[in-house]
Amino acid sequence: MPEARDIILIGGSAGSYSLIINILESIPFNISSAIVVVIHRNDKYPTQIEKSLSLKLKRAILPAEDKVIIENNNIYFAPPGYHLLVEPNHTFSLDISDPVNFSRPSIDVLFESAAEVYTDRCTAFLLSGANNDGAYGIKRVEHFGGTTIIQDPLDALIDTMPSSAITTSSKAKVLKNKQIINYFCSIK
Amino acid sequence: MAKLKEPVHITFEELDEVVYLLKKVADYDLSGYSKSSLKRRVQRLMGIESMDLVDLKNAILNVEGFFGYFIQEITVNVTEMFRDPLFYQELKNVVFPYLQTYPQLRVWSAGCATGEEAYSLSILLHEENLLDRSFIYGTDISQQAINIAKKGVYTMAKIKSYTENYNRVGLNSKFSDHYTAMYDAAIINNEYRNSVLFSNHNLVSDNVFNEFQLICCRNVLIYFDKELQRRVLNVFYESLSLFGFLCLGTKESLYGQEINANFKVINKSLNIYQKIK
Repeated sequence: MPEARDIILIGGSAGSYSLIINILESIPFNISSAIVVVIHRNDKYPTQIEKSLSLKLKRAILPAEDKVIIENNNIYFAPPGYHLLVEPNHTFSLDISDPVNFSRPSIDVLFESAAEVYTDRCTAFLLSGANNDGAYGIKRVEHFGGTTIIQDPLDALIDTMPSSAITTSSKAKVLKNKQIINYFCSIK
Repeated sequence: MAKLKEPVHITFEELDEVVYLLKKVADYDLSGYSKSSLKRRVQRLMGIESMDLVDLKNAILNVEGFFGYFIQEITVNVTEMFRDPLFYQELKNVVFPYLQTYPQLRVWSAGCATGEEAYSLSILLHEENLLDRSFIYGTDISQQAINIAKKGVYTMAKIKSYTENYNRVGLNSKFSDHYTAMYDAAIINNEYRNSVLFSNHNLVSDNVFNEFQLICCRNVLIYFDKELQRRVLNVFYESLSLFGFLCLGTKESLYGQEINANFKVINKSLNIYQKIK
């Protein structure tokens, strides 16, 4: 697979999991972007998200690995317990520095680093959650010319995270769940 | 309400300037570090000190003692005792039976930060009756971290979370057997502190300094780019005795590295390897 020129980021926390599954189910095969998902999860217990989703969706859902090139058509998950960053040479790197917004991985950390590297070829989605992670990341994506989309707080199971990001964002589109799914159905 | 300070931002080009300056004035080469992660740390330090790029460069050049502080702050010192209890279980059950066969053991905790990993290894060796023939080296790039490690004193808040880790390893003793608590801190027992020699060592530029049967370097390589990882893995390879063990972090593997061919995988998910040639 060739190196991804476009990147789509999805950040979610409490209440976002089932929407993320719906999103991933709707993504066509052979897209020319990489998709990177950060979901807050406890690192003290092993999780099987990648494995069970791979089976369910019949496509590879990969844990993002350190220093691996970000490729088209791949769907990556940030591993629990580490911050996930994007390097200028379009590889991932992991980092175990202090949690940000009580979270590691932090949505802000991924969004900010990906925004700077992918600039206007970066699209970021922020979904349901119970803290403020992602709000700053959304701002940074906008600063570097990327596209930002926030889940409509009325559609979010827990609206703290999307509401907080809407307050600080200058140009994010606020979309209903259905519109978000439609977006992913039509990516190329 | 006090206004939150806006985070400081520098560009990758500006980061390169700082890296270049450090190399020139202090002979510290950070050019092989993962750039995004390093940039975050530098920005964080600038934020704490309310510095802009000019201030930072000036401090590196002119402020005595700033450089050591800089290294301390930009290296990630997040560590725990018995971090990843499964790893320590595997060490005890799979690696230590091999180590029993050596009359003397040398262990290297590389990138040991404030010493928690080195002390964990010391305690585990003690529990398996191997400590009296073992000697542990704990090394780190940050002298400040080494100074803390030498003291072997940790806050009770930390000890509490280390106890949870320890209990999950499933050893016979209690974690509290291994330290003495006083007010809000605890000191690791003397026998463990005497079993570890902490010193300054820079994986970027320093070389082999002894031969080891066990090297643990967990969550250090993720901060390095591929090329620097290759260099460091070579140092480890050269430092290991034949059939010695190399333990990396759970997200760090030898996969894709040339040196891989000289190792046997002992545990794939915990990244424990044995040198076989």
